[in-house]
Amino acid sequence: MSATLFLQQIINGISLGSLYALIAIGYTMVYGILRLINFAHGDLLMVAAYAAIYEISLFSLPWFFAFPLAIIATGAVGILLDRVAYRPLRQAPRISLLISAIGASFLMENLALVLIGGVPKPFPRPHFFSRVIEVGNLHILVLTIYSPVITLLLVMGLLYIVFKTRAGKAMRAASLDFEATRLMGINLDRIIALTFLLGSSLAAAGGIMWAMKYPQINPFMGVLPGLKAFIAAVIGGIGNIVGAVLGGFLLGLCEILIVALLPNLAEYRDAFAFLILIGVLLFRPTGIMGEPLT
Amino acid sequence: MSDKFKSRLNVASLFLLFGLLFLFNRYGSGYQIRILNNIGVFITLAVSYNLINGVCGLLHLGPNGFIAIGAYTSALLSMTPAEKQLNFILGQVIWPLSVIHVPFVVSLIAAGIAAAFFAFLISFPVLRVRGDYLAIVTLGFGEVVRVLCNAGERVTNGPLGLKGLYPHTNLWWSWGVATLAVVVIQRLIDSNYGLAMKAIREDEDAARAMGVNPFRSLMLAFLISAFFSGIAGGLLAHLITTISPALFTFFLTFNLLIMIVVGGLGSTTGAIIGAVLFSWGGEALRIVEQPMEIGSFTIPGIPGMRMVIFSLVLMLVILFARKGIMGRNELSWDYLESKFARFRGAKTPQ
Repeated sequence: MSATLFLQQIINGISLGSLYALIAIGYTMVYGILRLINFAHGDLLMVAAYAAIYEISLFSLPWFFAFPLAIIATGAVGILLDRVAYRPLRQAPRISLLISAIGASFLMENLALVLIGGVPKPFPRPHFFSRVIEVGNLHILVLTIYSPVITLLLVMGLLYIVFKTRAGKAMRAASLDFEATRLMGINLDRIIALTFLLGSSLAAAGGIMWAMKYPQINPFMGVLPGLKAFIAAVIGGIGNIVGAVLGGFLLGLCEILIVALLPNLAEYRDAFAFLILIGVLLFRPTGIMGEPLT
Repeated sequence: MSDKFKSRLNVASLFLLFGLLFLFNRYGSGYQIRILNNIGVFITLAVSYNLINGVCGLLHLGPNGFIAIGAYTSALLSMTPAEKQLNFILGQVIWPLSVIHVPFVVSLIAAGIAAAFFAFLISFPVLRVRGDYLAIVTLGFGEVVRVLCNAGERVTNGPLGLKGLYPHTNLWWSWGVATLAVVVIQRLIDSNYGLAMKAIREDEDAARAMGVNPFRSLMLAFLISAFFSGIAGGLLAHLITTISPALFTFFLTFNLLIMIVVGGLGSTTGAIIGAVLFSWGGEALRIVEQPMEIGSFTIPGIPGMRMVIFSLVLMLVILFARKGIMGRNELSWDYLESKFARFRGAKTPQ
């Protein structure tokens, strides 16, 4: 492989990884507080992508209004998800919570299927993201460059909220000790709603960029990225935001590079992430940055 | 009730069941027989799935992988070499499979053993973790099996799948295996091993302190569950006569999950009821996907509506009636007697 091509693959890997990272953050934040894999998290990508499409096609909003609006709408869906599917089960056994999450995920996918139909819709990629820049022999879509940049900006904003504000302090407290936080007079339901809002909004940003990258969207588009982002969160050490970002970039890079270096294995691309997961769970179940499981 | 009387009742109800099946086999329509076959296979699947999820309390999300392994093993072994040659267009099937041809029953046993073997292999990473991690690893396993079935063209014929299997599965096979699975699994649950599994479900540390080896108990449950799932996979393959990787997605696991949750997690009777309701109700619900005419109105059918209803049912049950239909109760003769006694007691004034 030539050096140019290799560089191109590295850039692709970082770009894909940044999307995994954005989605992984939502998993890791919800897991940190509720100890729950939010199976419906991946489907929020789909919600965001469809919301953006309809805002653009029905109300002919320009993309710089439509995308933030879609992100806000998805954040609201995230809060609704917690309110309907998870909050009634706070005292229930864990297995019930997980089953509820799986049910919510299937409900969202199939509701979208019934309401919108299964025919893939083309996603309108704004001109702003479709330019191609040439550096030497490299041809790079600007979206490929923008997505890691946008991801890093959003992560910085998130880290500010989590580490510098009172609400963020309450979130960190809740992930350390749920009961003690409640005893300190903190309204946990509001903190959890905020967690879902933040996680879902980031997933929405990831979903819109995902839809621009692979511009055919369908009701099941969120399933596979969702699962892989969860794996990225486990690789980074679940419950740890910086870990989730690292895990996302790492998984994206590994995936692209393996397909590029060993094209024979391209068919196994989707199985590969799960093998990494099994490997991580066997040898370092706490991930790169995770604290030991008690 | 004496044990002797109970075992007589058991034998009598088995006779009744198989007598009914005999009548259906003779006089029932093809459609009825097909639904009954489905019910039989799904009872096997739901009861063996319930052993892990309900009795051991592990959220296992990969039974579709074991069913796929069983289905492919059984299909590849029971097809004649000529049939295989017809199926494999892209490339010949690899050597030992190209000449092997065994009777159906042997292929079913092999299907069970193959599934149990894979269960043994993955139980080492899987049983090291619990809760959500276990859910995601088993989900990943199911997904990896599907990807391998898609990619392994020389063994599984890739995405094309295997077509034109001989429809070996009849009511005797599907319900015979279901009966066997129910008896074996229920006896296991009632044994000391079953007690250990329930103890692990309730409190693993306490169970360990009592001298239970969680790994061994869970491994046993895992192997037996996979064994029966594999056999049921073989039955399923020879019931629908066409298998492809698309049949064994996570969707299949989701259906099983609905059955055991609606029936009541942890109850074999519940799993049976869930399987019957799902197979039968699923067919009955097909009307919502077909155009309906009421008077002069035509309501267009909505494809995919059944799945919306299924997911809603699952969520409603888990949110508002977490115990499902049976809770953790079993419909045994003693249970019936106590119910009956209470009923009589309520009627006679003191």
